[in-house]
Amino acid sequence: MFLRTALLVLRKDFAIEMKSLEVLLTTLFFAVSCVLVFAFAFVKDGRAPEDAAAGILWIAIAFAGTLALGRTFERERYSETLRALLLAPAPRAALYVGKLLGMLALLGVAEGLLVPLVAFLFQASAWFSRPLLLLAVLVGGTVGFAAVGTLFAAMLVRARSRDVLLPILLYPITIPVIIGGVRGTAALLASPADEVTATMWIGILFAFDVVFVTLSLWTFEPLMTE
Amino acid sequence: MRKMFTPLLVIVAAMFAAAPIMIAQAPFESTMGLIQKIFYYHVPAWMAMYSAIAVCGVASAMYLFKGRTDADGYAVSAAELAVVFGLIGLVTGPLWGRKAWGVWWQWDARLTSALLLELIFVAYLMVRKFGGPGSEKLAAATALFGTATTPFVYKSVDIWRTVHPKTSVVPMLANSMPGAGRPFALSSLAFILLFVVLLTLRVKLARQQHTLDELYLAQEDR
Repeated sequence: MFLRTALLVLRKDFAIEMKSLEVLLTTLFFAVSCVLVFAFAFVKDGRAPEDAAAGILWIAIAFAGTLALGRTFERERYSETLRALLLAPAPRAALYVGKLLGMLALLGVAEGLLVPLVAFLFQASAWFSRPLLLLAVLVGGTVGFAAVGTLFAAMLVRARSRDVLLPILLYPITIPVIIGGVRGTAALLASPADEVTATMWIGILFAFDVVFVTLSLWTFEPLMTE
Repeated sequence: MRKMFTPLLVIVAAMFAAAPIMIAQAPFESTMGLIQKIFYYHVPAWMAMYSAIAVCGVASAMYLFKGRTDADGYAVSAAELAVVFGLIGLVTGPLWGRKAWGVWWQWDARLTSALLLELIFVAYLMVRKFGGPGSEKLAAATALFGTATTPFVYKSVDIWRTVHPKTSVVPMLANSMPGAGRPFALSSLAFILLFVVLLTLRVKLARQQHTLDELYLAQEDR
């Protein structure tokens, strides 16, 4: 029942998204333009600094993720469909998990584009020599960011000035995860790749993921009750 | 609590009056000398902030899960005090760091995470101010996440190699610096009692605000 509800929410969002591709395309375009802005900020004499790639990747993910979170829930607000979802006789936490899975899928696609792009533009192809560690850092960072983001974006649907409040709340709370992601991917860029440091950051990332997902599942029900 | 308030206020005032004398008489640290004495304000300020965060987290959880509206008054009061005490810590820290490390600010794990914690509670206050009706719950969730991050901030000096002194400095104080233990205990207690006094005052204000709001609503309904 729980998993079925979550998958149904995911399928519903997927069907809506496939009709227009609005969130996906705008998020991807925004992420790519973020990377371009960083290229102008950091590149000197035609050369990018060696360790900038990790930071650029994660800031692009965080910014694009915030945009996508805002858009996804704005859609639920238009015709009060979030209220309809909450009225459904289903566990509330399952709705959260469904939304979180949708967000993870979207960010996964964005990362699928961003990682090769950043690696190509900022000389970071060393990432691909340790694909499993890279994947672990990406998953650990993205789950933590999306877990908090989905919870706060869902709550903010009802609040005033929600566009401003989402980044204000999201960034301070998720910065530990972003730091972990940046340090983890940066360790993989060192030559030779610093696997010990990367593994340590992956451990910290997953510790934060457990804390954030547990807290979100725990608070979603009382938070969405009026 | 109301009967306790005036005596408590007198005790705190007396302690803050006695603290500078005690601190002046405390021995000088062998390498840092006079500048080390900021420690008697810096560490207690963070202790008061951690207490404020603990109160805010517990009160927010009670408000969120049990629906206790009176707990919300405690949460917002404690969050404001957490920001104030955090600010004291963030100001006194660099004053010491300038002398001890040669720079005002180091981007190491403890300093970064402490700044982050301060930002989370500033965000809490912003949500309450600008979030409009229903933002209390949103703020309570923010407080819970902030409280969950606090142990990481506290332990950060032991996990990572940082320039900031480790958490073991405080329990080892009696051995490493004879004579420093008593003034430190006094200022710690003074800061925590100050937190209790301010919290009591602020909660009273929150309660009165709540009553006033209810009276306004009742007046409009008539």
